[in-house]
Amino acid sequence: MGLKENFYLNFIKDDRYMYLLSGLGNTLLITIVAVVVGILLGFLLAYIRTTYDKTGRWKAANLFAHFYITVIRGTPMVLQLLIVYFVIFASVNVPKIIVAFIAFGLNSAAYVAEIIRAGIMSIDEGQFEAGASLGFSYTQTMMYFILPQAIKNVLPALGNEMIVLLKETSVSGYIAMNDLTRGADIIRSQTYSAFMPLIMAAAIYLFFVLIFDSLVKKLERNLQNSDH
Amino acid sequence: MTTDTNRPLIEVRHLCKEFHNSRHDMEVLHDISVNFYQGDVAFIVGPSGAGKSTFLRCLNHLEEATSGEILFEGVNTLDAKVDIDALRQKMGMVFQQFNLFPHLSVMSNLTIGPMKLQGLSKEEAEERAIKLLKRVKLEDRAASYPNQLSGGQKQRIAIARSLCMEPDVMLFDEPTSALDPEMVGEVLEVMRELAQDKMTMIVVTHEMAFAREVANRILFMADKQILEENDPDNFFDHPQNERLRAFLDKMI
Repeated sequence: MGLKENFYLNFIKDDRYMYLLSGLGNTLLITIVAVVVGILLGFLLAYIRTTYDKTGRWKAANLFAHFYITVIRGTPMVLQLLIVYFVIFASVNVPKIIVAFIAFGLNSAAYVAEIIRAGIMSIDEGQFEAGASLGFSYTQTMMYFILPQAIKNVLPALGNEMIVLLKETSVSGYIAMNDLTRGADIIRSQTYSAFMPLIMAAAIYLFFVLIFDSLVKKLERNLQNSDH
Repeated sequence: MTTDTNRPLIEVRHLCKEFHNSRHDMEVLHDISVNFYQGDVAFIVGPSGAGKSTFLRCLNHLEEATSGEILFEGVNTLDAKVDIDALRQKMGMVFQQFNLFPHLSVMSNLTIGPMKLQGLSKEEAEERAIKLLKRVKLEDRAASYPNQLSGGQKQRIAIARSLCMEPDVMLFDEPTSALDPEMVGEVLEVMRELAQDKMTMIVVTHEMAFAREVANRILFMADKQILEENDPDNFFDHPQNERLRAFLDKMI
């Protein structure tokens, strides 16, 4: 069978490209929602952790945040996804895509928390003291002086987290989510031809990774130009 | 020099400070009692590690005193009920490393405090800031960012930023120690004018000649204590304390 026939069989016949297209849609949707959830939740965790480090306040919350981050970073993503689907939502009927949003968002939060925490801790202690010496409270000092600098410093790292997450979502098939990887695999199981669908899926991932990567690079350059 | 009121602006009584770590406790300030009055230009000198900076930082609670009392305008600031943030608005501090906010323009460095903490409008705050920028002769740098300034300029902006809160006292923590020698003069010039304008100042420094010229009181700190206090001429010409004599021999 020639390349052309192979292409026709795997993608054109019976509209099989739709498996890839709808799978890609789910992959991107899960990635974006999970990044947003991850950033919001991760930000909160980082704030709790650094407030404890800097002031000794919020001890119990810090213990929880520390435990959470340790567990999430210390266990496989696939298992976390399975646990959310089969254990936490075992008796509740929730759409799989919502399960994916939650599982990947919770996972991403732990990594984002460590990124933002590192960003806050990298800001010179003198900045905290300058804010305090003018009469700003700890919270005000964080809002006006520390976080704007910290977030600017970690934006590239957050961009990379998004790239990692995009690829991580390929395990969504474990709960029978129709993402890009699973879409390719369905085609393979129908046509008994592995090369075309799998390579095509890989190429699509790579394409989006490169797009995200160039956006991150562009962002980095813009930040350097405005580096005051 | 004279005092405007009989009551000291700052009264320090039996101040002790210890640093704790897992291995041992280290005492850095031992039973310090001293008063500062309105209009004082008090210089604190002494060998490294004597506790000068720690003492200064205790005054505005960047370090928490272990025991003792610090009365500011009659209120014991070590009382747990005291609003430390409000206290700090009245005590400007200038750091060795400037600590300007690098993500804010010079103008915003000056105006953010008055706007966010004292409720000034942008126009009011900028009006106040421009006066101070003129005073430190940097009104043309209002739109610059800190990393576009020299060390001396940064420190003058840092002084202006503290003054923009209209504090009752200014604390200087080795303001020229991080500067290249040729930039020390411009910062001292600003401080000299401040002293002439009767700003109450407490200055930790190694600039002996400047201390002698500007101070009305000089305190010698060593071994966690204030060992001697005198007017500048007697301080340098007739030192009483053994440690001070040895220190001055080495410095001058």
